[in-house]
Amino acid sequence: MIFFEVKNITKKFGGLAAVSNLSFKVEEGEIFGIIGPNGSGKTTVFNLISRFFPLTSGEIYFKGKRIDTVPAHKICEMGIGRTFQVVKPLRRMSVIENVMAGAFLRTSSMGKARHKAEEIIEFCGLERYTHREAKGLPIPLRKRLEIARALATEPALLMLDETCAGLNPKESEQAIDLIRRIRDRGITIIIVEHIMKVMMGISDRILAINFGSEIATGKPEEIANHPEVIKAYLGDAYA
Amino acid sequence: MKTKNIIYTAIFVVITAALPLFIKAPYQLHMLILVMMWAVIGTAWNLLGGYAGQVSFGHAAFFGLGAYTAGFMIFHFGISPWWGMLLGPIVATIISIPIGLICFRLRGPYFALAMLALGEIFRLLFINMVSITNGAKGILIMPAITSKVFYYYVGLAMLLLTVLITYLIVHSKIGYYLVSIREDQDAATSLGIPTTLYKLLALLPSAFFTGLAGAFYTNYVAFIDPHIVFNLSNISVMVILVVMLGGVATTWGPTVGALIYIFLGEIFRTTLGSANVLVFGVLVCLIIMFLPNGIVGELDLIKRICTRKKESLSGGV
Repeated sequence: MIFFEVKNITKKFGGLAAVSNLSFKVEEGEIFGIIGPNGSGKTTVFNLISRFFPLTSGEIYFKGKRIDTVPAHKICEMGIGRTFQVVKPLRRMSVIENVMAGAFLRTSSMGKARHKAEEIIEFCGLERYTHREAKGLPIPLRKRLEIARALATEPALLMLDETCAGLNPKESEQAIDLIRRIRDRGITIIIVEHIMKVMMGISDRILAINFGSEIATGKPEEIANHPEVIKAYLGDAYA
Repeated sequence: MKTKNIIYTAIFVVITAALPLFIKAPYQLHMLILVMMWAVIGTAWNLLGGYAGQVSFGHAAFFGLGAYTAGFMIFHFGISPWWGMLLGPIVATIISIPIGLICFRLRGPYFALAMLALGEIFRLLFINMVSITNGAKGILIMPAITSKVFYYYVGLAMLLLTVLITYLIVHSKIGYYLVSIREDQDAATSLGIPTTLYKLLALLPSAFFTGLAGAFYTNYVAFIDPHIVFNLSNISVMVILVVMLGGVATTWGPTVGALIYIFLGEIFRTTLGSANVLVFGVLVCLIIMFLPNGIVGELDLIKRICTRKKESLSGGV
Protein backbone atom coordinates (compact mmCIF):
# COMPACT_ATOMS: atom_id res chain seq x y z
CA MET A 1 0.00 0.00 0.00
CA ILE A 2 1.27 3.45 -0.88
CA PHE A 3 1.37 5.65 2.22
CA PHE A 4 0.42 8.88 0.51
CA GLU A 5 -0.26 9.54 -3.13
CA VAL A 6 -1.35 12.53 -5.19
CA LYS A 7 -2.64 11.62 -8.63
CA ASN A 8 -2.94 14.13 -11.48
CA ILE A 9 -4.27 16.98 -9.36
CA THR A 10 -5.26 20.23 -11.01
CA LYS A 11 -6.48 23.45 -9.42
CA LYS A 12 -7.74 26.31 -11.54
CA PHE A 13 -8.52 29.76 -10.19
CA GLY A 14 -10.63 31.10 -13.04
CA GLY A 15 -8.41 30.79 -16.11
CA LEU A 16 -5.18 30.37 -14.14
CA ALA A 17 -4.00 26.84 -13.35
CA ALA A 18 -2.18 27.19 -10.02
CA VAL A 19 -1.50 23.45 -9.98
CA SER A 20 -1.75 21.40 -13.13
CA ASN A 21 -1.65 17.65 -13.48
CA LEU A 22 0.72 17.14 -10.56
CA SER A 23 1.45 13.64 -9.22
CA PHE A 24 3.78 12.42 -6.46
CA LYS A 25 4.10 9.67 -3.87
CA VAL A 26 5.36 9.88 -0.31
CA GLU A 27 6.68 6.85 1.54
CA GLU A 28 6.11 6.24 5.22
CA GLY A 29 8.84 7.66 7.45
CA GLU A 30 10.53 9.95 4.93
CA ILE A 31 10.95 13.69 4.80
CA PHE A 32 9.62 14.78 1.44
CA GLY A 33 10.48 18.29 0.30
CA ILE A 34 8.63 20.45 -2.20
CA ILE A 35 10.55 23.35 -3.73
CA GLY A 36 9.77 25.89 -6.39
CA PRO A 37 10.09 29.60 -7.13
CA ASN A 38 7.58 32.11 -5.73
CA GLY A 39 4.06 31.49 -6.93
CA SER A 40 4.84 28.02 -8.26
CA GLY A 41 1.95 26.49 -6.32
CA LYS A 42 3.60 24.92 -3.26
CA THR A 43 1.18 26.27 -0.69
CA THR A 44 -1.73 25.58 -3.02
CA VAL A 45 -0.73 21.90 -2.98
CA PHE A 46 -0.96 21.95 0.84
CA ASN A 47 -4.30 23.71 0.71
CA LEU A 48 -5.59 21.11 -1.72
CA ILE A 49 -4.42 18.19 0.42
CA SER A 50 -5.92 19.70 3.58
CA ARG A 51 -9.13 20.44 1.68
CA PHE A 52 -9.06 24.21 2.19
CA PHE A 53 -9.69 24.43 -1.56
CA PRO A 54 -11.65 21.89 -3.58
CA LEU A 55 -9.74 20.18 -6.39
CA THR A 56 -10.62 21.01 -9.98
CA SER A 57 -9.64 17.46 -10.93
CA GLY A 58 -7.48 14.60 -9.70
CA GLU A 59 -7.34 12.27 -6.73
CA ILE A 60 -5.52 12.14 -3.40
CA TYR A 61 -4.99 8.91 -1.42
CA PHE A 62 -3.80 8.46 2.16
CA LYS A 63 -3.16 4.95 3.47
CA GLY A 64 -5.21 3.56 0.62
CA LYS A 65 -8.23 5.75 1.31
CA ARG A 66 -9.36 8.50 -1.00
CA ILE A 67 -9.31 11.79 0.95
CA ASP A 68 -10.20 14.45 -1.60
CA THR A 69 -13.91 13.96 -1.04
CA VAL A 70 -14.09 14.22 2.78
CA PRO A 71 -14.82 17.50 4.65
CA ALA A 72 -11.81 19.63 5.67
CA HIS A 73 -11.97 18.86 9.40
CA LYS A 74 -11.91 15.09 8.73
CA ILE A 75 -8.46 15.33 7.13
CA CYS A 76 -6.89 16.01 10.50
CA GLU A 77 -8.89 13.24 12.13
CA MET A 78 -7.56 10.79 9.52
CA GLY A 79 -4.02 11.69 10.54
CA ILE A 80 -2.79 14.56 8.38
CA GLY A 81 -1.70 17.64 10.28
CA ARG A 82 -0.50 20.93 8.85
CA THR A 83 1.04 24.26 9.73
CA PHE A 84 0.50 27.56 7.97
CA GLN A 85 3.07 29.67 6.17
CA VAL A 86 1.48 32.79 7.64
CA VAL A 87 1.21 31.47 11.18
CA LYS A 88 -2.27 31.30 12.65
CA PRO A 89 -1.85 31.13 16.43
CA LEU A 90 -5.03 31.18 18.51
CA ARG A 91 -4.03 34.64 19.68
CA ARG A 92 -5.90 35.17 22.90
CA MET A 93 -5.16 31.68 24.19
CA SER A 94 -2.06 30.66 26.10
CA VAL A 95 0.50 28.30 24.60
CA ILE A 96 -0.83 25.33 26.52
CA GLU A 97 -4.42 26.17 25.55
CA ASN A 98 -3.38 26.30 21.90
CA VAL A 99 -1.83 22.86 22.13
CA MET A 100 -4.75 21.49 24.15
CA ALA A 101 -7.11 22.63 21.38
CA GLY A 102 -5.17 20.24 19.16
CA ALA A 103 -5.03 17.45 21.75
CA PHE A 104 -8.81 17.45 22.18
CA LEU A 105 -9.12 15.74 18.81
CA ARG A 106 -8.17 12.39 20.39
CA THR A 107 -9.71 12.83 23.85
CA SER A 108 -12.55 14.64 25.58
CA SER A 109 -10.93 14.60 29.01
CA MET A 110 -9.43 17.88 30.23
CA GLY A 111 -6.79 16.04 32.25
CA LYS A 112 -5.60 13.86 29.37
CA ALA A 113 -5.55 16.82 26.95
CA ARG A 114 -3.49 18.87 29.42
CA HIS A 115 -1.09 16.01 30.01
CA LYS A 116 -0.61 15.44 26.28
CA ALA A 117 -0.15 19.17 25.70
CA GLU A 118 2.53 19.38 28.40
CA GLU A 119 4.43 16.49 26.82
CA ILE A 120 4.30 18.09 23.34
CA ILE A 121 5.28 21.51 24.67
CA GLU A 122 8.36 20.01 26.27
CA PHE A 123 9.17 18.09 23.09
CA CYS A 124 9.06 21.35 21.12
CA GLY A 125 11.09 23.23 23.71
CA LEU A 126 8.34 25.67 24.61
CA GLU A 127 8.06 24.82 28.32
CA ARG A 128 9.29 28.27 29.38
CA TYR A 129 6.33 29.84 27.60
CA THR A 130 3.58 27.41 28.66
CA HIS A 131 1.29 30.06 30.11
CA ARG A 132 2.21 32.95 27.82
CA GLU A 133 -0.50 34.30 25.54
CA ALA A 134 0.14 33.28 21.93
CA LYS A 135 -0.23 36.80 20.55
CA GLY A 136 2.80 38.01 22.52
CA LEU A 137 5.20 35.38 21.19
CA PRO A 138 7.94 36.27 18.68
CA ILE A 139 7.84 34.64 15.24
CA PRO A 140 10.25 31.71 15.87
CA LEU A 141 8.20 30.62 18.87
CA ARG A 142 4.93 31.08 17.02
CA LYS A 143 6.23 28.77 14.30
CA ARG A 144 7.14 26.24 16.97
CA LEU A 145 3.72 26.62 18.57
CA GLU A 146 2.16 25.97 15.19
CA ILE A 147 4.09 22.69 14.97
CA ALA A 148 3.26 21.77 18.58
CA ARG A 149 -0.45 22.31 17.98
CA ALA A 150 -0.40 20.13 14.88
CA LEU A 151 1.61 17.43 16.70
CA ALA A 152 -0.98 17.33 19.48
CA THR A 153 -3.52 15.98 17.00
CA GLU A 154 -1.26 12.89 16.66
CA PRO A 155 -0.76 13.00 12.89
CA ALA A 156 0.84 10.22 10.86
CA LEU A 157 1.70 12.76 8.17
CA LEU A 158 2.68 16.33 8.95
CA MET A 159 2.79 19.08 6.34
CA LEU A 160 5.12 21.95 7.25
CA ASP A 161 4.73 25.18 5.29
CA GLU A 162 7.83 27.41 5.42
CA THR A 163 8.78 26.60 8.98
CA CYS A 164 12.18 28.28 8.64
CA ALA A 165 11.11 31.41 6.77
CA GLY A 166 11.93 34.54 8.73
CA LEU A 167 14.23 32.73 11.14
CA ASN A 168 17.90 33.58 11.67
CA PRO A 169 20.49 30.80 11.03
CA LYS A 170 20.58 29.68 14.66
CA GLU A 171 16.79 29.51 14.93
CA SER A 172 16.67 27.65 11.61
CA GLU A 173 19.09 25.09 12.97
CA GLN A 174 16.87 24.52 15.99
CA ALA A 175 13.86 24.18 13.70
CA ILE A 176 15.70 21.60 11.57
CA ASP A 177 16.64 19.69 14.69
CA LEU A 178 12.97 19.72 15.75
CA ILE A 179 11.84 18.45 12.33
CA ARG A 180 14.35 15.56 12.53
CA ARG A 181 13.12 14.64 16.00
CA ILE A 182 9.53 14.69 14.74
CA ARG A 183 10.53 12.23 12.02
CA ASP A 184 12.19 10.06 14.69
CA ARG A 185 8.80 9.85 16.41
CA GLY A 186 7.65 7.99 13.33
CA ILE A 187 5.83 10.87 11.66
CA THR A 188 6.16 11.27 7.91
CA ILE A 189 6.81 14.85 6.83
CA ILE A 190 6.09 16.86 3.71
CA ILE A 191 7.93 20.15 3.88
CA VAL A 192 7.78 23.28 1.76
CA GLU A 193 10.70 25.61 2.21
CA HIS A 194 12.48 28.42 0.42
CA ILE A 195 15.85 28.08 2.05
CA MET A 196 17.78 25.62 -0.12
CA LYS A 197 20.35 24.85 2.57
CA VAL A 198 17.56 23.62 4.81
CA MET A 199 15.90 21.59 2.12
CA MET A 200 19.08 19.96 0.87
CA GLY A 201 20.06 19.07 4.42
CA ILE A 202 16.95 17.36 5.69
CA SER A 203 14.93 16.06 2.75
CA ASP A 204 15.16 12.42 1.73
CA ARG A 205 13.58 13.23 -1.61
CA ILE A 206 12.61 16.50 -3.24
CA LEU A 207 9.93 17.45 -5.73
CA ALA A 208 10.64 20.61 -7.71
CA ILE A 209 7.68 22.39 -9.25
CA ASN A 210 7.21 25.47 -11.39
CA PHE A 211 3.97 26.97 -12.69
CA GLY A 212 2.13 24.21 -10.85
CA SER A 213 3.78 21.34 -12.72
CA GLU A 214 6.55 18.93 -11.81
CA ILE A 215 9.96 19.74 -13.23
CA ALA A 216 11.97 17.12 -11.35
CA THR A 217 11.83 14.60 -8.51
CA GLY A 218 14.75 12.90 -6.83
CA LYS A 219 17.45 12.95 -4.18
CA PRO A 220 18.60 16.43 -3.05
CA GLU A 221 21.88 16.32 -4.99
CA GLU A 222 20.09 15.24 -8.18
CA ILE A 223 17.69 18.13 -7.82
CA ALA A 224 20.46 20.66 -7.14
CA ASN A 225 22.17 19.75 -10.40
CA HIS A 226 19.06 19.32 -12.50
CA PRO A 227 19.17 21.76 -15.46
CA GLU A 228 15.41 22.44 -15.37
CA VAL A 229 15.56 23.38 -11.70
CA ILE A 230 18.50 25.71 -12.24
CA LYS A 231 16.64 27.27 -15.17
CA ALA A 232 13.53 27.82 -13.08
CA TYR A 233 15.49 29.54 -10.33
CA LEU A 234 18.28 31.33 -12.13
CA GLY A 235 17.10 31.66 -15.73
CA ASP A 236 18.23 30.19 -19.06
CA ALA A 237 21.73 31.70 -18.93
CA TYR A 238 22.82 29.43 -16.08
CA ALA A 239 21.26 26.16 -17.19
CA MET B 1 -8.20 28.91 42.12
CA LYS B 2 -11.23 26.71 41.74
CA THR B 3 -12.15 26.72 45.43
CA LYS B 4 -11.81 30.51 45.37
CA ASN B 5 -14.34 30.68 42.55
CA ILE B 6 -16.72 28.40 44.42
CA ILE B 7 -16.48 30.56 47.54
CA TYR B 8 -17.15 33.75 45.59
CA THR B 9 -20.11 32.15 43.85
CA ALA B 10 -21.49 30.88 47.16
CA ILE B 11 -21.25 34.38 48.64
CA PHE B 12 -23.03 35.78 45.58
CA VAL B 13 -25.83 33.21 45.87
CA VAL B 14 -26.32 33.81 49.60
CA ILE B 15 -26.42 37.59 49.20
CA THR B 16 -28.78 37.56 46.23
CA ALA B 17 -31.03 34.96 47.87
CA ALA B 18 -31.23 37.04 51.04
CA LEU B 19 -31.78 40.39 49.31
CA PRO B 20 -35.62 40.30 49.34
CA LEU B 21 -35.47 40.06 53.14
CA PHE B 22 -34.01 43.57 53.19
CA ILE B 23 -35.37 45.11 50.02
CA LYS B 24 -39.13 45.13 50.30
CA ALA B 25 -40.10 48.00 48.01
CA PRO B 26 -41.67 46.69 44.77
CA TYR B 27 -39.84 49.31 42.70
CA GLN B 28 -36.37 48.20 43.77
CA LEU B 29 -37.36 44.55 43.39
CA HIS B 30 -38.66 45.32 39.91
CA MET B 31 -35.30 46.71 38.92
CA LEU B 32 -33.46 43.71 40.30
CA ILE B 33 -35.79 41.40 38.39
CA LEU B 34 -34.99 43.27 35.17
CA VAL B 35 -31.29 42.99 35.98
CA MET B 36 -31.65 39.20 36.31
CA MET B 37 -33.54 38.95 33.04
CA TRP B 38 -30.96 41.02 31.17
CA ALA B 39 -28.16 39.07 32.79
CA VAL B 40 -29.71 35.86 31.44
CA ILE B 41 -29.99 37.29 27.91
CA GLY B 42 -26.47 38.68 28.13
CA THR B 43 -24.97 35.42 29.39
CA ALA B 44 -26.77 33.50 26.66
CA TRP B 45 -25.56 35.92 23.97
CA ASN B 46 -22.05 35.80 25.41
CA LEU B 47 -21.76 32.06 24.82
CA LEU B 48 -22.25 32.52 21.08
CA GLY B 49 -20.93 36.06 20.60
CA GLY B 50 -18.24 36.19 23.27
CA TYR B 51 -16.75 32.71 23.40
CA ALA B 52 -17.48 31.41 19.91
CA GLY B 53 -16.98 34.87 18.39
CA GLN B 54 -20.16 34.71 16.30
CA VAL B 55 -21.57 38.18 16.88
CA SER B 56 -25.34 37.94 16.55
CA PHE B 57 -27.41 41.05 15.91
CA GLY B 58 -30.62 39.03 15.96
CA HIS B 59 -31.05 37.62 19.44
CA ALA B 60 -34.38 39.41 19.70
CA ALA B 61 -35.68 36.61 17.44
CA PHE B 62 -35.12 34.03 20.17
CA PHE B 63 -36.34 36.37 22.91
CA GLY B 64 -39.51 37.07 20.96
CA LEU B 65 -40.09 33.42 20.13
CA GLY B 66 -39.87 32.51 23.81
CA ALA B 67 -42.14 35.39 24.75
CA TYR B 68 -44.74 34.57 22.12
CA THR B 69 -44.71 30.86 22.94
CA ALA B 70 -45.69 31.80 26.48
CA GLY B 71 -48.26 34.25 25.15
CA PHE B 72 -49.80 31.63 22.87
CA MET B 73 -50.33 29.30 25.83
CA ILE B 74 -53.11 31.49 27.14
CA PHE B 75 -54.10 33.18 23.87
CA HIS B 76 -54.66 30.01 21.84
CA PHE B 77 -54.87 27.16 24.30
CA GLY B 78 -56.19 28.83 27.41
CA ILE B 79 -53.59 27.26 29.65
CA SER B 80 -51.23 28.99 32.04
CA PRO B 81 -48.46 31.02 30.33
CA TRP B 82 -46.07 29.46 32.83
CA TRP B 83 -45.99 26.45 30.54
CA GLY B 84 -44.24 28.83 28.19
CA MET B 85 -41.26 28.81 30.54
CA LEU B 86 -40.85 25.17 29.55
CA LEU B 87 -41.93 25.31 25.89
CA GLY B 88 -40.64 28.79 24.96
CA PRO B 89 -36.96 27.91 25.24
CA ILE B 90 -37.56 24.63 23.39
CA VAL B 91 -39.31 26.43 20.50
CA ALA B 92 -36.52 29.01 20.33
CA THR B 93 -33.91 26.24 20.31
CA ILE B 94 -35.62 24.23 17.57
CA ILE B 95 -36.03 27.28 15.35
CA SER B 96 -32.38 28.24 15.95
CA ILE B 97 -31.21 25.04 14.22
CA PRO B 98 -32.15 26.00 10.63
CA ILE B 99 -31.12 29.60 11.38
CA GLY B 100 -27.69 28.38 12.45
CA LEU B 101 -27.25 26.02 9.54
CA ILE B 102 -27.97 28.86 7.12
CA CYS B 103 -26.12 31.72 8.83
CA PHE B 104 -23.00 29.81 9.94
CA ARG B 105 -21.99 29.55 6.29
CA LEU B 106 -21.16 33.22 6.63
CA ARG B 107 -18.27 34.69 8.57
CA GLY B 108 -17.76 37.84 10.64
CA PRO B 109 -19.78 40.88 9.60
CA TYR B 110 -21.78 38.84 7.06
CA PHE B 111 -22.98 36.53 9.81
CA ALA B 112 -23.90 39.55 11.97
CA LEU B 113 -25.90 41.09 9.11
CA ALA B 114 -27.70 37.84 8.31
CA MET B 115 -28.74 37.53 11.96
CA LEU B 116 -29.88 41.14 11.98
CA ALA B 117 -32.06 40.49 8.97
CA LEU B 118 -33.49 37.36 10.57
CA GLY B 119 -34.48 39.23 13.71
CA GLU B 120 -36.31 41.78 11.59
CA ILE B 121 -37.99 39.04 9.54
CA PHE B 122 -39.47 37.58 12.71
CA ARG B 123 -40.71 40.98 13.86
CA LEU B 124 -42.46 41.62 10.55
CA LEU B 125 -43.87 38.10 10.47
CA PHE B 126 -45.38 38.46 13.92
CA ILE B 127 -46.86 41.86 13.10
CA ASN B 128 -48.47 40.63 9.90
CA MET B 129 -49.72 37.17 10.86
CA VAL B 130 -52.58 38.81 12.70
CA SER B 131 -54.82 35.73 12.87
CA ILE B 132 -52.15 33.83 14.81
CA THR B 133 -50.33 36.53 16.74
CA ASN B 134 -52.98 39.24 17.15
CA GLY B 135 -50.59 41.53 15.24
CA ALA B 136 -49.51 44.84 16.66
CA LYS B 137 -52.33 44.74 19.21
CA GLY B 138 -50.20 42.23 21.08
CA ILE B 139 -51.16 39.75 23.75
CA LEU B 140 -52.29 40.78 27.18
CA ILE B 141 -52.35 38.25 29.98
CA MET B 142 -53.76 38.37 33.50
CA PRO B 143 -50.90 37.29 35.73
CA ALA B 144 -51.95 34.80 38.40
CA ILE B 145 -49.09 35.80 40.66
CA THR B 146 -48.34 39.42 41.43
CA SER B 147 -45.79 39.09 44.22
CA LYS B 148 -42.49 40.64 43.11
CA VAL B 149 -40.56 38.40 45.48
CA PHE B 150 -41.78 35.36 43.58
CA TYR B 151 -40.56 36.76 40.25
CA TYR B 152 -37.30 37.75 41.90
CA TYR B 153 -36.58 34.16 42.87
CA VAL B 154 -37.65 32.80 39.48
CA GLY B 155 -35.31 35.31 37.86
CA LEU B 156 -32.49 34.38 40.21
CA ALA B 157 -32.97 30.66 39.53
CA MET B 158 -32.90 31.35 35.79
CA LEU B 159 -29.71 33.38 36.10
CA LEU B 160 -27.92 30.78 38.20
CA LEU B 161 -28.93 28.00 35.83
CA THR B 162 -27.76 29.99 32.80
CA VAL B 163 -24.44 30.92 34.36
CA LEU B 164 -23.84 27.36 35.58
CA ILE B 165 -24.57 25.73 32.22
CA THR B 166 -22.52 28.32 30.36
CA TYR B 167 -19.64 27.84 32.81
CA LEU B 168 -19.71 24.07 32.35
CA ILE B 169 -19.75 24.40 28.56
CA VAL B 170 -16.93 26.92 28.49
CA HIS B 171 -14.69 24.89 30.80
CA SER B 172 -14.88 21.75 28.70
CA LYS B 173 -13.61 20.54 25.34
CA ILE B 174 -16.50 22.43 23.69
CA GLY B 175 -15.33 25.67 25.27
CA TYR B 176 -11.79 25.23 23.97
CA TYR B 177 -13.15 24.49 20.52
CA LEU B 178 -15.44 27.55 20.57
CA VAL B 179 -12.59 29.88 21.51
CA SER B 180 -10.38 28.26 18.84
CA ILE B 181 -13.05 28.98 16.25
CA ARG B 182 -13.28 32.58 17.46
CA GLU B 183 -9.53 33.09 17.28
CA ASP B 184 -8.99 31.52 13.86
CA GLN B 185 -11.50 29.46 11.98
CA ASP B 186 -8.98 28.09 9.46
CA ALA B 187 -6.58 27.03 12.18
CA ALA B 188 -9.51 25.40 13.99
CA THR B 189 -10.41 23.44 10.86
CA SER B 190 -6.79 22.34 10.48
CA LEU B 191 -6.99 20.90 14.01
CA GLY B 192 -9.92 18.74 12.99
CA ILE B 193 -12.63 20.89 14.56
CA PRO B 194 -15.97 20.66 12.70
CA THR B 195 -16.61 24.39 12.94
CA THR B 196 -20.26 24.50 11.90
CA LEU B 197 -21.21 21.77 14.37
CA TYR B 198 -19.50 23.52 17.28
CA LYS B 199 -20.96 26.90 16.40
CA LEU B 200 -24.33 25.19 16.49
CA LEU B 201 -23.47 23.72 19.90
CA ALA B 202 -22.98 27.31 21.09
CA LEU B 203 -26.11 28.61 19.39
CA LEU B 204 -28.50 25.99 20.84
CA PRO B 205 -28.01 26.82 24.54
CA SER B 206 -27.75 30.50 23.62
CA ALA B 207 -31.16 30.42 21.92
CA PHE B 208 -32.56 28.26 24.73
CA PHE B 209 -31.75 30.70 27.52
CA THR B 210 -32.69 33.75 25.46
CA GLY B 211 -36.07 32.06 24.84
CA LEU B 212 -36.34 31.35 28.56
CA ALA B 213 -35.83 35.03 29.32
CA GLY B 214 -38.48 35.87 26.72
CA ALA B 215 -41.03 33.52 28.30
CA PHE B 216 -40.23 35.01 31.69
CA TYR B 217 -40.80 38.48 30.27
CA THR B 218 -44.31 37.55 29.10
CA ASN B 219 -45.20 36.17 32.51
CA TYR B 220 -43.73 39.08 34.39
CA VAL B 221 -44.71 42.09 32.31
CA ALA B 222 -48.01 40.48 31.17
CA PHE B 223 -48.10 42.30 27.84
CA ILE B 224 -46.17 41.63 24.65
CA ASP B 225 -46.34 42.91 21.11
CA PRO B 226 -43.90 42.29 18.23
CA HIS B 227 -42.40 45.79 18.45
CA ILE B 228 -41.37 45.16 22.02
CA VAL B 229 -40.10 41.60 22.05
CA PHE B 230 -38.56 41.52 18.57
CA ASN B 231 -37.05 44.98 18.93
CA LEU B 232 -33.76 45.51 17.14
CA SER B 233 -32.31 48.42 19.12
CA ASN B 234 -33.80 47.68 22.53
CA ILE B 235 -33.00 43.97 22.56
CA SER B 236 -30.71 42.71 19.80
CA VAL B 237 -28.27 45.62 19.92
CA MET B 238 -28.74 46.38 23.61
CA VAL B 239 -27.65 42.90 24.64
CA ILE B 240 -24.38 43.37 22.73
CA LEU B 241 -23.74 46.67 24.50
CA VAL B 242 -24.57 45.14 27.88
CA VAL B 243 -22.09 42.31 27.35
CA MET B 244 -19.38 44.64 25.99
CA LEU B 245 -19.77 46.88 29.01
CA GLY B 246 -19.52 44.04 31.50
CA GLY B 247 -16.91 41.96 29.72
CA VAL B 248 -17.03 39.80 26.61
CA ALA B 249 -16.16 36.13 27.18
CA THR B 250 -16.22 36.36 30.98
CA THR B 251 -18.50 34.41 33.31
CA TRP B 252 -19.97 37.34 35.23
CA GLY B 253 -19.40 40.13 32.70
CA PRO B 254 -22.97 40.07 31.31
CA THR B 255 -24.41 40.22 34.83
CA VAL B 256 -22.29 43.23 35.73
CA GLY B 257 -23.24 44.84 32.43
CA ALA B 258 -26.94 44.23 33.08
CA LEU B 259 -26.68 45.73 36.54
CA ILE B 260 -25.09 48.93 35.21
CA TYR B 261 -27.47 49.15 32.25
CA ILE B 262 -30.65 48.87 34.32
CA PHE B 263 -29.58 51.13 37.18
CA LEU B 264 -28.01 53.76 34.95
CA GLY B 265 -31.18 53.75 32.86
CA GLU B 266 -33.31 54.34 35.96
CA ILE B 267 -31.10 57.11 37.29
CA PHE B 268 -31.10 59.08 34.07
CA ARG B 269 -34.67 58.35 33.03
CA THR B 270 -35.97 60.81 35.60
CA THR B 271 -33.62 63.61 34.55
CA LEU B 272 -33.03 63.01 30.84
CA GLY B 273 -36.25 61.38 29.70
CA SER B 274 -35.82 59.19 26.67
CA ALA B 275 -32.27 60.50 26.18
CA ASN B 276 -31.16 58.25 29.05
CA VAL B 277 -29.91 55.66 26.58
CA LEU B 278 -27.49 58.31 25.34
CA VAL B 279 -25.62 58.22 28.64
CA PHE B 280 -25.36 54.46 28.38
CA GLY B 281 -24.10 54.78 24.81
CA VAL B 282 -21.40 57.25 25.83
CA LEU B 283 -20.39 54.94 28.67
CA VAL B 284 -20.09 51.99 26.29
CA CYS B 285 -17.90 54.12 23.98
CA LEU B 286 -15.63 55.04 26.89
CA ILE B 287 -15.41 51.41 28.00
CA ILE B 288 -14.49 50.25 24.50
CA MET B 289 -11.78 52.92 24.32
CA PHE B 290 -10.23 52.47 27.75
CA LEU B 291 -11.24 48.97 28.91
CA PRO B 292 -11.65 47.06 25.63
CA ASN B 293 -12.33 43.79 27.45
CA GLY B 294 -15.12 45.28 29.56
CA ILE B 295 -15.22 45.82 33.29
CA VAL B 296 -14.88 42.19 34.37
CA GLY B 297 -12.42 41.45 31.56
CA GLU B 298 -10.08 44.22 32.72
CA LEU B 299 -10.36 43.63 36.47
CA ASP B 300 -6.60 43.10 36.69
CA LEU B 301 -5.96 46.42 34.97
CA ILE B 302 -8.47 48.20 37.21
CA LYS B 303 -6.89 46.64 40.30
CA ARG B 304 -3.43 47.63 39.12
CA ILE B 305 -4.49 51.24 38.55
CA CYS B 306 -6.10 51.41 41.98
CA THR B 307 -3.10 49.92 43.81
CA ARG B 308 -0.66 52.09 41.89
CA LYS B 309 -2.53 55.17 43.01
CA LYS B 310 -2.36 54.02 46.62
CA GLU B 311 1.34 53.27 46.32
CA SER B 312 2.14 56.68 44.93
CA LEU B 313 0.07 58.28 47.69
CA SER B 314 1.89 56.43 50.44
CA GLY B 315 5.19 57.16 48.69
CA GLY B 316 4.40 60.85 48.79
CA VAL B 317 3.73 60.71 52.52
